[in-house]
Amino acid sequence: MTTLPGRDHARTLLRQMLRIRRFEEKSAELYTKGKIRGFLHLYIGEEAVAVGAMQALTSEDAVVATYREHGHALARGMAMGPLMAELYGKANGCSRGRGGSMHFYDAGRRFYGGYAIVGEGLPVAVGLALADQMQKRSAITACFFGDGAVAEGEFHESLNLAALWKLPVLFLCENNLYAMGTALHRHQSQIDIAHKAEAYGIANTAVDGMDVLAVKEATRRAVEFIRVGGGPFLLETRTYRFRAHSMYDPELYRAKEEVEAWKQRDPIVTFTARLQKEGQLDETDLKKMEAAVDAEVAEAVAFAEAGPWEPVEDLTKDVTSPRAEE
Amino acid sequence: MKKITYREAIREALREAMQKDRRVFLMGEDVGRYGGAYACSKGLLEEFGPERVRDTPLSEGTFVGAGIGAALGGMRPIVEVMTVNFSLLALDQIVNNAATLRHMSGGQFSVPLVIRMATGAGRQVAAQHSHSLEGWYAHVPGIRVLAPATVTDAKGMLLSAAFREPDPVIIFEHAFLYPLEGEIDETIDPVDLEKAAVRRQGSDITLITYGGSLWKCIEAADRLASIGIDAEVLDLRVLRPLDTETIFASVAKTHRAVIVDEMWRTGSFAAEISARIMEGAFYDLDGPVARVCSAEVPIPYAKHLEEAALPQVDTIVKTAQEMVQSHG
Amino acid sequence: MAEFLMPILGADMRSATLVEWKKKPGDPVEKGEILAEVETDKGVIEVENFTDGVLEKILVETGTEVPVGTPLAIIREEGAPAAPISTEIPRPVPPRPKTISPVIPPTIRLSETGRIRISPLARKRAESLGVDLMKVKGSGPGGAITREDVEQAAAGKPAVEKAPVDRTFGLPPLDRTARMRHAIAAAMARSKREIPHYYLQTTVDLHRAMTWLAEENQKRSVPDRLLYGVLLIKAVALALREVPELNAVWKEGKVVQSEAIHVGVAISLRQGGLVAPALHNADRLDLDTLMRQFRDLVQRARSGSLRSSEFSDPTITITSLGEQGVEGIYPIIYPPQVAIVGFGKIVERPWVVEGKVIPRRVITVSLAGDHRVTDGHRGGLFLSAVDRLLQEPRRL
Repeated sequence: MTTLPGRDHARTLLRQMLRIRRFEEKSAELYTKGKIRGFLHLYIGEEAVAVGAMQALTSEDAVVATYREHGHALARGMAMGPLMAELYGKANGCSRGRGGSMHFYDAGRRFYGGYAIVGEGLPVAVGLALADQMQKRSAITACFFGDGAVAEGEFHESLNLAALWKLPVLFLCENNLYAMGTALHRHQSQIDIAHKAEAYGIANTAVDGMDVLAVKEATRRAVEFIRVGGGPFLLETRTYRFRAHSMYDPELYRAKEEVEAWKQRDPIVTFTARLQKEGQLDETDLKKMEAAVDAEVAEAVAFAEAGPWEPVEDLTKDVTSPRAEE
Repeated sequence: MKKITYREAIREALREAMQKDRRVFLMGEDVGRYGGAYACSKGLLEEFGPERVRDTPLSEGTFVGAGIGAALGGMRPIVEVMTVNFSLLALDQIVNNAATLRHMSGGQFSVPLVIRMATGAGRQVAAQHSHSLEGWYAHVPGIRVLAPATVTDAKGMLLSAAFREPDPVIIFEHAFLYPLEGEIDETIDPVDLEKAAVRRQGSDITLITYGGSLWKCIEAADRLASIGIDAEVLDLRVLRPLDTETIFASVAKTHRAVIVDEMWRTGSFAAEISARIMEGAFYDLDGPVARVCSAEVPIPYAKHLEEAALPQVDTIVKTAQEMVQSHG
Repeated sequence: MAEFLMPILGADMRSATLVEWKKKPGDPVEKGEILAEVETDKGVIEVENFTDGVLEKILVETGTEVPVGTPLAIIREEGAPAAPISTEIPRPVPPRPKTISPVIPPTIRLSETGRIRISPLARKRAESLGVDLMKVKGSGPGGAITREDVEQAAAGKPAVEKAPVDRTFGLPPLDRTARMRHAIAAAMARSKREIPHYYLQTTVDLHRAMTWLAEENQKRSVPDRLLYGVLLIKAVALALREVPELNAVWKEGKVVQSEAIHVGVAISLRQGGLVAPALHNADRLDLDTLMRQFRDLVQRARSGSLRSSEFSDPTITITSLGEQGVEGIYPIIYPPQVAIVGFGKIVERPWVVEGKVIPRRVITVSLAGDHRVTDGHRGGLFLSAVDRLLQEPRRL
């Protein structure tokens, strides 16, 4: 078991996970009321991965995420208000209402967004790393993807190209055991995902994705390896999604008992218990933290509610650069 | 003025772009040691080194996606996807990523990526290597689609795309054009990426075309002249955004239009042009717009069959002649 | 009080059936707890509660199908007193953005040649109804004639009065008939006012020409056949080489001879009026080319797509009223030209050949000349040259 970091940092980790959890619970509620439309893929259960991994990145590093990227965006430091506003489709959303749940972006934080076609973010991450390498920057690119993406050709092509050119990419697989509703063993002939990196001569490891400290430590080591010129790294985090794939999903493909068993390992519950057990967090602190997070979520909702709709006159804005706009 | 080939014009543009802008680099299958499948990048590896002339594995989706990523990361990649046929393996990256990122990010990102690919049939390489799918790409908002047909455009458009264009650009080079020779200024400025060009003035009928079919239309116009039909030849040059103004002006002058397009007729780019004319110049027409497109068949290997499948000068002349005679 | 709703779970979910209540009224309920199960098209889905409190009242019984957004139960929030609440809930109102500004109509271009803007269907209708398009005023875009306009015209009603909006975009209405009449009137009045005409006439035996033509046409496919008219045009053009004074224009008080021979051919338009565009360098064109260009000119004259140069270039004009059954013409010179040649119809007449009277096909050729420029003498030489040339058709 990993040792606890300092009290403040431990609390930061917990608070970050809690922010994601509460933000998404609120999103789910607002979705059932019709405030949020489209697809809504919740990250609940997997918070330790985004929060743990982001600790190892600097502000110069680039992040490429998936369509289940609320957690990554929040952990990367994006403000909650513009994210909620984006879910509403408002002009004060982080993508001006053009992207919705699956497409959060933040140029300032080098957050290159949610990619909604499984596997298509990997080549982009390879290119970002190539740009950094060619411009002699020490930045690395962290690329999140799920176990489903491992079946895509782009996964293999990207690992191959990144290894060939020794590109600074952290391939971070969030293995939640299901490609939508298809279990890992039904879509992979080799279910040890980290092991696949061997075929490309890529360094790799697998880690418990329900343990924020373990993820943080594994990512730190992987990033260190990449930064000293070791080339790309494949980090497999073994995690689980507590919620349905997206909202309209009766979860016919998995047993309730299985979900319940994984919930026993809830990264927030277990980490909270550990902090309390080791005397780093008392009930008052926790209540305070929860209240603060609830207030932040309420503020984000208010921000979204108050946000303006993008005028329809601007419908075709930003399709191409202003000069070339049709 | 000097005489160079289309492929040399491309090579000159690649060289100039790399000389003038350190962010520019080439990437694609066999662009380095092989010199490019069509020899467009021959000698550039020796000149610029493997860092800037990158041979890639056969992973179209991934190296195009890497081009998108590199563009997002501040570079100006020029990616060669050997041929449009192989670009189908990169459609996801082009359509879902390159074309959408600017808009979906609310204008936060731009993707200054140039993708070059050979297109077209006529070289007896059978169905899988003979596609003309320009219209598929021109269908997608967020990318600029170019079809240089002359040596000057081959160089000028590539330079403009590499230096000036903040958005993804796809350049279609008809494989038939690579050996084409033409006059070119020693120092050609980047050309505009906006307007269509009237390559031959005429008053009786407009032949609207782009890319490799331009030269067929020029020849057809010469033949039409010998029988007293004065054909105007309009080279679209830019397939997206489409310069309808020039099309309408020409149709308003000649009142007749034949569109020549190597795509299959069904859903062809010619169909779009025809629809635009209906929308914008209907009352200027003396008769229905006609199209000369490829036959509805996977392009066959045998020479006589391939010729029969593709737009030919004879067909263009016949179509134009019939139109002038029946819609006087 | 809070409502526990039939959730909206996706755009493809319209309603669901309540399968089971997990709680009963009076039970405490927590945020995140499952209160009910509903059956959707995709399967049974657990419905989550988002409010801490007490289940006050169940509104929808099991087995009932209700649309998404319907309140299923009322939850009394923690600490709130029991009280009735309205089950009417406000529906989420979708954003109603401003309407898009109307599409701007395309720029209207009116051809300076006075081409008729008309829909193909309207043209077809006009032909079948025998409507003179020159007399129809269009009410369509840019003054285009529509089917309705044609049908109105056929019924004798003026179409414009029906048109509720002015769609001419500020341009003067295009009354081509009047405009063309006006132009012809001005030119002819000026001609008769300024040009002292002299008239000469001769009858030409066309036996050889027509025989040769018949033989020639045997060799040609139908669309390539020559009309006798081109022989006449070519003969006139070649005769002008011999009498070049007639191939000229009168400009600012003096005559300017033309090197090139551009023969204007008068073409009456179906809609009324006439034009006389040029066949450029007619003396240098072989008969087949001349034929093609003549055909093209007629087609384009009728469709209104002549080039402006074709109007201004003729150096002499030929007019023929043979088709109308006219035998001889006294044409009026079209200024600034200085001569005009007229042809009547081909008629069979008794003709004396080598002392014998035989029937021959003949045609009457007339010349109107500008007496300021030429005299009858030169005019006579010209007509006899035309006659001579027509006797050697193969050299045309």
